[in-house]
Amino acid sequence: MFQFENFDAFIAMGGHGPYVWAAYGLSLTIMAGLALAPLRRQRALLADLRQRLQAQRQRGQN
Amino acid sequence: MWQWFHKLGSPRWFYHISGKFLPWLALASVVLIVTGVVWGLAFAPQDARQGNSFRIIYIHVPASFLALAGYYVMAAAGAVGMIWKMKLADMVMVAAAPLGAALTFIALFTGAVWGKPTWGTYWIWDARITSMLVLLFLYIGIIALSRSFSTRETSARACAILALVGTVNIPIIYKSVDWWYTLHQPATIKMTGAPSMHPDMFKPLLVMILGFYCFYALVLLLNTRTEILLRESRTTWVKELAEPK
Repeated sequence: MFQFENFDAFIAMGGHGPYVWAAYGLSLTIMAGLALAPLRRQRALLADLRQRLQAQRQRGQN
Repeated sequence: MWQWFHKLGSPRWFYHISGKFLPWLALASVVLIVTGVVWGLAFAPQDARQGNSFRIIYIHVPASFLALAGYYVMAAAGAVGMIWKMKLADMVMVAAAPLGAALTFIALFTGAVWGKPTWGTYWIWDARITSMLVLLFLYIGIIALSRSFSTRETSARACAILALVGTVNIPIIYKSVDWWYTLHQPATIKMTGAPSMHPDMFKPLLVMILGFYCFYALVLLLNTRTEILLRESRTTWVKELAEPK
């Protein structure tokens, strides 16, 4: 059952709103970053490797 | 058995197999954590004494669990890498360090913002909190150490030794609430006996803990895969990944 009378009460958390939302907000943001960072890094690594391989081939042709 | 061990040590094989687990781990993490967050924030009853600040437990406890379990993962991987010279184990150790550091930071941060309305202070040099801070420094030490050597073998060895020495801290963290009874409350969930918590409050916590375990496994695999790509970039199979035919 929903524990609050309305949406404003949910946000206010009985006066503890800033603490609760800061804890959830920062934690979930960090966790999203933890999952996305390696994906971005992998894409960058592979793109970098592709460029190096292409450069190597071009040098071979000249 | 040895063939299996040999296969497990092969970064290429690991990269291939872990790729099949990723979507399922990602799905399980998102479903469990979203369910747990909504349940914990809106539907779990508030605590009779602490009111709504108690809802921070649904992040604080799972993050602390994984911060500790993650240290064992890192130290065990370091030991395996050192004893059997398994390259993949070294990669897992390096992959576990930033993840563990982030979870320890989350545990400390959520503890601080929970402490303010409950104890009246963000920080106190209580045994549990201080030993968790030591854990954070251990993780940061491993990250720094892994980047400060020019040869991978020396670096892996130094990190493994530091990680193994640091395991002394883990039982101290676990036992700190019983040995020095100060401000931090004793464990809510015990391996033996019923949890000292109402089932309506406990169920969402269980969902969050499961979600955090899946999330930990997911990010550990992702970080290990990054490490594999980085170290195996001269191999044919990684070149083929970069330039699919």
